Amino acid sequence: MAEQTLVDDIAIISKRWKNKEGSLIMALHDLQSRFGYIPRDAALELARQMEIPLARIYEVITFYHLFKLEPPGKHVVSVCMGTACYMKGGEKLLEKAKETLGIEPGETTPDGEFHLQVARCLGCCGLAPVVTINEELLAKVRAEDLENHLSACKGKEEGKGDAS
Amino acid sequence: MTSEMNMEEKKMIKATINGIEVEVAEGGSILDAARTVQIKIPTLCKHPDLDATGACGICVVRNKANGRMLRSCCTPLENGMDLLSEDAEIVEVRKTVLDLLLSRHPNECLTCARNQNCELQTLCADFGVRRETLPNIVPDLPKDDSTKCIVLDPRKCINCGRCVDVCQNMQDVWALSFLNRGIDTRMAPAGDISLAESPCVNCGQCSAHCPTGAIVEYEETDVVWEKLHDPETYCVAQIAPAVRVAIGEAFGQPIGTNMEGKMYAALRRMGFNAVFDTNFGADFTIMEESAEFVKRFTKGEGELPLITTCCPSWVDFMEKYHSDMIPHFSTCKSPHEMLGALAKTYYADKMGVDPKKIYMVSIMPCTAKKYEIRRCNDMSSSGCQDVDVSLTTREIARMFKQSSIDFVNIPDGEADSILGDYTGGGVIFGATGGVMEAALRNAVWMVTGKVPEKPEFEAVRGLEGIKECKIDLAGKEVRIAVAHGLKHVEEVLDKVRAAKTSGGELPYHFIEVMACPGGCVGGGGQPYGVTNELRSKRAAGLYKCDTECAQRTSSENAHVQKVYAEFLGEPLSEKAHHLLHTHYSTKRAYQR
Repeated sequence: MAEQTLVDDIAIISKRWKNKEGSLIMALHDLQSRFGYIPRDAALELARQMEIPLARIYEVITFYHLFKLEPPGKHVVSVCMGTACYMKGGEKLLEKAKETLGIEPGETTPDGEFHLQVARCLGCCGLAPVVTINEELLAKVRAEDLENHLSACKGKEEGKGDAS
Repeated sequence: MTSEMNMEEKKMIKATINGIEVEVAEGGSILDAARTVQIKIPTLCKHPDLDATGACGICVVRNKANGRMLRSCCTPLENGMDLLSEDAEIVEVRKTVLDLLLSRHPNECLTCARNQNCELQTLCADFGVRRETLPNIVPDLPKDDSTKCIVLDPRKCINCGRCVDVCQNMQDVWALSFLNRGIDTRMAPAGDISLAESPCVNCGQCSAHCPTGAIVEYEETDVVWEKLHDPETYCVAQIAPAVRVAIGEAFGQPIGTNMEGKMYAALRRMGFNAVFDTNFGADFTIMEESAEFVKRFTKGEGELPLITTCCPSWVDFMEKYHSDMIPHFSTCKSPHEMLGALAKTYYADKMGVDPKKIYMVSIMPCTAKKYEIRRCNDMSSSGCQDVDVSLTTREIARMFKQSSIDFVNIPDGEADSILGDYTGGGVIFGATGGVMEAALRNAVWMVTGKVPEKPEFEAVRGLEGIKECKIDLAGKEVRIAVAHGLKHVEEVLDKVRAAKTSGGELPYHFIEVMACPGGCVGGGGQPYGVTNELRSKRAAGLYKCDTECAQRTSSENAHVQKVYAEFLGEPLSEKAHHLLHTHYSTKRAYQR
C-alpha cells in the first residue's frame, strides 16, 4: 500500500478516536475493517498518530482473538463454540472444518482462500449449531453438509475479511 | 493552609499478624506491615521498586475472621484485621504455586546464569520441593540475544510482570510487553520483533529486576579469558566507580564496602598487564565537560542547558526520542571511553606497546556499555576500537570466583600510576548527582581559580527522582536539575522545551541524567536484589571514598594535568576533541 494513503487512512481513524479514553479497541476495529487485519505498518502509524505505545497496541491486539495480525484469507469461516452450539455438535463441525481445510483455527489455507476461526456465541442459539462464512449465517449445520458449503465458496469473490 | 495541616500525618492502621500487633500508614499492604515485625512472606512478583500486581499468588495469608486467603502484596491492611501468615493449607497453596511454575519452567538450573541467585530456585529450596508433581511442558520459544547486551530467554519467564512494569513505567521505554493471554501469555518485545529492533535502550533494569534467568546480561567472560591466556595480547582493565561498592555483595561483604584494592590486586593476579581506574577517566570527563559548561554559560557559546552524556542508555534514548535536544548534549564521551582512547594513544606510546595489541576490558555496573563501545566511529578514535569489551559487575564477580583467588582476603593492590589516580570528583560519578557535583566543583575552580572550600553540594545528592537547585557561581546563579530513572527525564526536558518555545527564562542551565534509578550504583549490571536501601548504601560507599581522597576536585589530579601538558594541550583542544568527544545523530525507531 502506498505510504501516504496509509497515513491518510489512519488519520481518519485517529481523528475519530484520539484522546477518547478507552478508545484503542474501537480504533483497532476500524483499522481491521479497513484492511481485514492489522498490518504491522498500520499499527506503527496508529501508534504514532494516537500517541499510544506500540507495545500497548500489541498487548491489546494479541489479547483479543478477534484481531488478526495476518491477512485473513478470502473467506472467513467461523465455527461457533458457544454453549448451545457446543452442545449441539459445534466441536464435530470444527473437526470437520479442520479436516476439510487442512488448517487449525487461527490459520489461513496456503492458497489464501479460507481462514478458520472459533467464534464464542453469535447470539442466535436457537439456530445451533451455527457456522458463518463471511457474512452468511448457516443454521443447524450438519457436519456432512459443511464440506459442500465450503466448496460452494471456492472461487467466489467474497468478503473483506472479518464480519464479526 | 497552615504548615501543620500540610504536615498532617496519614492515618495509622492497626491489626495483628500471627498474634503480633502491626501498624502501617493507611494504604500500606499486609506484606509491608508483616515486614515491619520481621514476618517474611515469600513473594515472586512483588518488588519493592514496583507496585503490587498480585500476579504470582505465593504471598497469600489468611484472614481469620472469615477464613479467606488474601494476596498480601496487593491487599491494604485494614483496622482490626486478624491475620495468619502460615498454616498447613497456606504452605500447600504456596507449594502448589511453585509446582505450577515448575511445570512450565525448564529444569536447567545448573547451566543457568541465575544459578544460586534465582528467586524461584531459592523458594523451591526453601519449600523443600523435591520432585516435579506435574508434567513439565516448556513452551518452545527462542532466545533473543540480538542486542548483545541483554539476553531474553522467554522459556524461563514466570510472567511475574516485573520487567514489563520496569520497562514501561519506571523507564518509560516500552520495549517489553506481554503478548497473548491466558496460558499463552508471554513477555516479548512489542509485535514480536527482536529486542534490537525495539525501543530498548539496553539499560538492563529488566535483568536487574527479573526473579529468574529469563533476562540476563550478554555474557562475554569467555572472550576475556581467551585474551588473558594469549601471550601476544596486552590485556588492560579499568574499573567503574560504582562497581567497587557493589561487587562485595557477591562475596558476602556488607553493602557499600569499597573493594577497589581487592579488585586491583585480583585483576593483576588474573594476568592483566595494567589496571586502570575509570575514576581517572571521570576526572578527564569533568575537565572537558566543565570547560564546555563554563564556555556555554559565561561566553554564551553553545546551547544551554548543557546536558550530561556519560550514560549510554540515556544517549540512546535521546537519539531515539528526544533528538531535538542534540544541541544541548555535552559532546564529552563517557569516562571509560575517554580512558580507552588515552590507553591506546598516550599510554601505548609511553610504554612502547603496539596499541593494536592492547585489549581494553571495561568493568562496568552497566549492560548498555556493551552497546556503547561500538556506538559510532568516534568509539575508535585511537585508530582501533578504544574499549574492546565491557563486562558487568556480575560477570567480573564470576571471573574472580573462577580464578584461584581468595578475593575477600587478598591484600589490597594499587592501580597503575598512569591512568589510575583519581580525585573525589571522579569516584562520585557512580551515584545520581555525582557527575553534577564533580562538574560544579571544577567549574568553581575554573571561574574563581580556587577549588571550592566546601566541596559538598548536598542538594544534588539522594534518591529523589528529580533534584533541582540553584548554585552561586562567582556571583551568577546556576540553575540545576538532576534526573535519574528515564521516566523522570521527560518531565525535565518538557520544562526546557516549554521555556524555549515561549522564549521565557530557561528553567535550568545544567542537567545531569542517568538512566538507572540511583545512577550507576543501581545499574542494570550490578549484583541482584537492588532496592532504594541498597542504592543508598552503595552511594554512601562512594561518598565515603570521596571524603577520604586528598583531592576532591578533578583539576587537582596531577596525572590528569600531566596528560594535558604532555599530550592533549588543554581542555577542548583539537586533540582533546578528536579523542575525548563524540557526535550524536537522530535515530529512527518506532514511536514508543
